Amino acid sequence: MKEQQETANRPDNTAFTQQRLPAWQPMLSAGIVIPGFVIIGLAFIGIGIALFVTSQNIQVLERDYTGVENNSPCFKCSDPSTKNCVCKLDFSLDKLFEGPVFFYYGLSNYFQNYRKYGVSRDDRQLSGRLDNFQSPDEGCVPYQYDANNKPIVPCGSVANSLFNDTFKLYQIVNGARKLVPFDGKGIAWWTDHNVKYRNPSITPLKNAFNGTVKPTFWSKPAYELDPSDPANNGFVNQDFLVWMRRAALPDFRKLYRRITEGDYKNGLPAGNYSLEIAYNYPVLDFDGRKKVVFSNVSWMGGKNQFLGIAYLVIGSLCVVMSIVMLIVYAKFKFPDEE
Amino acid sequence: MLRRRLNRLLGGDERRVDSRTIYVGHRPCPATEAFIPPKFCDNRIVSSKYTVWNFLPKNLFEQFRRIANFYFLIIFLVQVIVDTPTSPVTSGLPLFFVITVTAIKQGYEDWLRHKADNEVNKYLVTVLENGQKIRTESEKIKVGDVVEVKEDETFPCDLILLQSSRDDDTCFVTTASLDGESNHKTHYTVPDTEKDLESLNATIECEQPQPDLYKFVGRMHIYKKDQEPAVRSLGPENLLLKGATLKNTQKICGVAVYTGMETKMALNYQGKSQKRSAVEKSINAFLLVYLCILVSKALVCTTLKYVWQSEPGQDEPWYNQKTQREKDTNLYLKMFTDFLSFMVLFNFIIPVSMYVTVEMQKFLGSFFITWDKDFFDPEIQEGALVNTSDLNEELGQVEYVFTDKTGTLTQNNMEFIECCIDGFQYKYRDAGSELDGFCVTDGPVSKLQQKAGREKEELFLRALCLCHTVQVKESPGPGQGQADGLMDQVDGLGLGGEVLRPEEQRGFIASSPDEVALVKGAMRYGFTFLGLESKNMKILNRNNDVEMYELLHVLNFDPVRRRMSVIVRSKSGDTLLFCKGADSSIFPRVRPEEVDRIRMHVERNATEGYRTLCVAYKQLSAEEYAQADAGLREARLALQDREEKLMAVYNQVETGMSLIGATAVEDRLQEEAAETMEALQGAGMKVWVLTGDKMETAKSTCYACRLFQRNTELLELTVRTLEDGGRKREERLHELLLDYHKKAVQDAPPVKAGVTRSWSTANQDYGFIIDGATLSMVLNSSHDSNSSRYKSLFLQICQNCTAVLCCRMAPLQKAQIVKMVKNSKGGPITLSIGDGANDVSMILEAHVGIGIKGKEGRQAVRNSDYAIPKLKHLKKLLLAHGHLYYVRIAHLVQYFFYKNLCFILPQFLYQFFCGYSQQPLYDAAYLTMYNICFTSMPILAYSLLEQHICIEVLLDNATLYREIAKNAMLRWRPFFYWTVLGVFHGLLFFFGVRYLFSNPALQDNGQVFGNWSYGTIVFTVLVFTVTLKLALDTRHWTWINHFVIWGSLAFYVFFSFFWGGIIWPFLRQQRLYFVFANMLSSVSAWLVIILLILLSLLPDILLVVFRKPRGPNARQKPVESSMGGPQSPRSSARPLLMRTFSDESNTVI
Repeated sequence: MKEQQETANRPDNTAFTQQRLPAWQPMLSAGIVIPGFVIIGLAFIGIGIALFVTSQNIQVLERDYTGVENNSPCFKCSDPSTKNCVCKLDFSLDKLFEGPVFFYYGLSNYFQNYRKYGVSRDDRQLSGRLDNFQSPDEGCVPYQYDANNKPIVPCGSVANSLFNDTFKLYQIVNGARKLVPFDGKGIAWWTDHNVKYRNPSITPLKNAFNGTVKPTFWSKPAYELDPSDPANNGFVNQDFLVWMRRAALPDFRKLYRRITEGDYKNGLPAGNYSLEIAYNYPVLDFDGRKKVVFSNVSWMGGKNQFLGIAYLVIGSLCVVMSIVMLIVYAKFKFPDEE
Repeated sequence: MLRRRLNRLLGGDERRVDSRTIYVGHRPCPATEAFIPPKFCDNRIVSSKYTVWNFLPKNLFEQFRRIANFYFLIIFLVQVIVDTPTSPVTSGLPLFFVITVTAIKQGYEDWLRHKADNEVNKYLVTVLENGQKIRTESEKIKVGDVVEVKEDETFPCDLILLQSSRDDDTCFVTTASLDGESNHKTHYTVPDTEKDLESLNATIECEQPQPDLYKFVGRMHIYKKDQEPAVRSLGPENLLLKGATLKNTQKICGVAVYTGMETKMALNYQGKSQKRSAVEKSINAFLLVYLCILVSKALVCTTLKYVWQSEPGQDEPWYNQKTQREKDTNLYLKMFTDFLSFMVLFNFIIPVSMYVTVEMQKFLGSFFITWDKDFFDPEIQEGALVNTSDLNEELGQVEYVFTDKTGTLTQNNMEFIECCIDGFQYKYRDAGSELDGFCVTDGPVSKLQQKAGREKEELFLRALCLCHTVQVKESPGPGQGQADGLMDQVDGLGLGGEVLRPEEQRGFIASSPDEVALVKGAMRYGFTFLGLESKNMKILNRNNDVEMYELLHVLNFDPVRRRMSVIVRSKSGDTLLFCKGADSSIFPRVRPEEVDRIRMHVERNATEGYRTLCVAYKQLSAEEYAQADAGLREARLALQDREEKLMAVYNQVETGMSLIGATAVEDRLQEEAAETMEALQGAGMKVWVLTGDKMETAKSTCYACRLFQRNTELLELTVRTLEDGGRKREERLHELLLDYHKKAVQDAPPVKAGVTRSWSTANQDYGFIIDGATLSMVLNSSHDSNSSRYKSLFLQICQNCTAVLCCRMAPLQKAQIVKMVKNSKGGPITLSIGDGANDVSMILEAHVGIGIKGKEGRQAVRNSDYAIPKLKHLKKLLLAHGHLYYVRIAHLVQYFFYKNLCFILPQFLYQFFCGYSQQPLYDAAYLTMYNICFTSMPILAYSLLEQHICIEVLLDNATLYREIAKNAMLRWRPFFYWTVLGVFHGLLFFFGVRYLFSNPALQDNGQVFGNWSYGTIVFTVLVFTVTLKLALDTRHWTWINHFVIWGSLAFYVFFSFFWGGIIWPFLRQQRLYFVFANMLSSVSAWLVIILLILLSLLPDILLVVFRKPRGPNARQKPVESSMGGPQSPRSSARPLLMRTFSDESNTVI
């Protein structure tokens, strides 16, 4: 009886209750830290060199075409009153621009990450739900209904402000203009194109948009965005998808086309080129800038010096630290080793 | 609170009257003209807080009274009302979770209380009504009902005992559930109440309900036909308390005087005042800082937003036009809502989850104390008890320890050592060596081996046998009524004249162990107390004859008088008064020439650490007795000031006695008392002994506990030293205080911070001794100007002494001292430890109160914050548990603030890049889950399991405790360090990714990343960094740590895949769809994540590496530490005497 009571009251003698769980007690001793630092430092320096070299090898061609300056070829287009203005941007390459070449457009001082702008969209509508065609989401205000109280599809600020400059690149071969074919496929995320954004399953697509109006800024409705390819219309239009993925920072670039076909498979050969720009997108009233960027990409993406330099600096720092530590520990005679 | 509610219930009418009248059995009495049944509350006990109906509103109200909950509620409401960047779900969900869990917990607890209440309230009791026994529910008892209670039942309300089944009109009860005292207490019926309760016609006049369990004053008027009403006094001995249990008595009948919430038990049921730990105060201070950061962040953003918008074109670019409503809104209102929006966006900097985690850590962490088997005491079959988990970390911060002596430093296990009869010393040796084991060992000088006269001896022993309130424990006789069993047993022994061996086993029960020791001592010398039987004390004397004494009066012990007496009448008709008490209270009341013979013995016994009592007697003549008897009876009947009146009579009776002798009882030191005290002092704690005992005894205990060392210079400030100079006490006090102050404070070398006691001999250690009388002089000096000056002098002296002994303390004085130190400069953390009811006040007063599950009942334990079985357990409780808890919670708090700072800082910085539009950087799911899921478990596991130094080392090196003294880990410096770290990490995360995004084409297919990818990369770096930072701080990796750290990282990755892998139909925007997976497909993202994590942790790694060689080599295993050669263990078995005498010479003056 007494023993039973004893076992009933006595605390459990387990490792957990007695705080005696077997434990690993890591010690950052000099023997671990110094070689660790050396290894990490060397590895970082290695990666840094690779990044730096890769980044150096990426060719980039950037041209601002906002047309603020008088001598700019697009100066005449920058006046908001001119309609359907086309300007030409000439440039020449003195060596092969290695392919595949990616063609980006860039905007500056453009706040796609503005909160109210960002929430002004209707993802349900964009996934093809017809209910939301007739009554778009609250968030789309002030681009929810037009003045006649007709629903706007696609609604919201983001869709409304779709970038609508178009570009055509010509190589000047012996004075003749040769069109460089652009590849507009696969410039948006695969999941956006195939899962997240869906057209309503109504053929022809135009019928789904009955009773709705196009966004006020747009010149043509969503189902006619790409007259050349019927499958590239509606909400799965690649340009539209690229635009709908909001940029993180006010200076951003977005992929416009890739140059992968025909004679330009291996890149843009040296020579003179002319970029024909249909200048539609107004940026001057908010002090914005527009630019085009030709770039090729590597395994690390586009050109970015930051990563390579950062890796090199940190790697060297680690190595220096390990040397300092070695000196310190030599002075203290490795107290851990004793 | 209960009492307040009670007062409200009772209404003002009754409050004004300070007594109530009860009609026994609701029978109108002839004296009053009109019988108006007075209204009293019913006998329902309500300890529950809520009912089904008011639970929700009341509980919510209670919860939102907490400032943190209220803050989150406000944030939530702002989110609901104002158009804010994050949905109300992000803060509503965690808040809802916290509130719900708390509500469920409190609801469950209240349900348990309801159940317990019902059990009590629906309990069936027997009420006598018009001569019939009626079974009814306990809650229906009304004041005035006559209730019958059977053996082993608990009393349903406070009853006045009218009738007992025992012949001697007594009954026995235990009050174990009230005050923990398990001994049987005797209660008496009201004299002259008729055996026939039906015809009893009486009223009771008694005081209004009050919570003191041991006080009751009342008067009973008994009306008999054609007679003057008889008046009987009622005292606590007539009152049976609700909650007590009837023992050894078949049944009793009593009249209900206090019912329900007015019973003394219910009045004593009060929530203890909440003690708040220093850590909690630090948290609140930090919270304020973070609140300021939050507000200033929001202000900065709001201001900049409007500055920025004033630039042309930025306010409303064509691509982002405003709605009509926005245009119409007043500018200032817009500013205000923007401010609120920023507040909401950054509100995660003060996480609701921190409170949950801290509470959980405290609650779960306290289990380790209860589970610790080192705290298990096989003797009492119990381990440690945690009454509050709020103070765990305070155990690691203790600076002052106030300890009781008796029962705490000593075992309170009294043993009769020797006695002195008429100046001759008798020491007990094993029976058989001499005739009766009673031999003289030492006598007055040159009277070697002489004995006092046999008559004196026997008188002394009779006095020991009679002058007490001890009861004989009744062993339950099989198949018999217990009362009868006792009789048989006693008779059998008495008649059989057996050897005394079985008698030795006889159990005695008394409120004080001294009394038992004395009765047992007398028993060894041949005088056995057989028990009290219908007011007759039976003694078995040396010749095995039973002597009977009629017990006339007991003049109870009280700590002011410090003595107790009995008046008995012997067979021969002599009326005798025996008195025993402290020397100081007896000596003035006996003849001085007797004193001289005995004083020497008493003083020597006291210096040897024994508890001494003097025994005196007096023969009362018939007149004297009659006078005393009348006085006592009158005083006992008094309704007003009964205590004072009784005291006066006692003092009057107890004069002119003659001293017979003195006793010495040893109270052994607790196990490992000295080691514990040494460890506490080594840990930088100052130990103060507060005792009611006399100075010599207490001083020798201090020496024995090594609180005073051989080289400690003692500074005495007692009545004795004050009277030395022959001048006025006040002047002498002034002089001594200045003298000591000069010695201990001014001349002492300035003490370096952190090292309060050096082991080198260069520093002189001081010990300070003060007694109660002097203390009250210091505290309540006649000159007001002096009072505060003396107090500060006294404090300064004490603070420079290694140990302070305060003797002759009243319980209230103990609390006064604790309060004085607690409120002194710097607000040191105090701890009180004690075992008796007299320690309760200081236990409640100190920051941390520790109760010892000792022999003096459970009151200390019930009022304590922590209870341990033995003093020795204090060492582990403070040095190991306290230290670890403090480190754990301090780290927990700092880490929580840190991780939320570097969580929100990137979001703040992002505002500069998104036009101050309150665009959240992270997705709502991440915002919500960060504190709840991704980073909460590792820190919780850390805060429960971390042992930065293993327990053995902590116990071996008490000095380690000093490293965390004065809230070292939660002061502004470490807080600043963590804040800087958080800012550094936040900046790194944001700008690292910012520079990466200078070209958002991060994939090898040339596609670009958007804002959610940006946030996800930052968030991934964040989660990994803060988790790995914790991993870096973890010194004790159990499998649980591994599991939660790697588990929560894995969970984060898994969750991100899952969250981004499905189109969630309930979401308005599929922001994160495949963002995480896409991020992982980018090599650059991988590389930047690795880079930023490493770069963030680099300073910490370096800090750990570089700090190490300087710090104490604390992590050595105990095996290594003991390699330093066998330490000379200072034997605690060293004879007490040798130490005491040699150390005595160090006393100054």
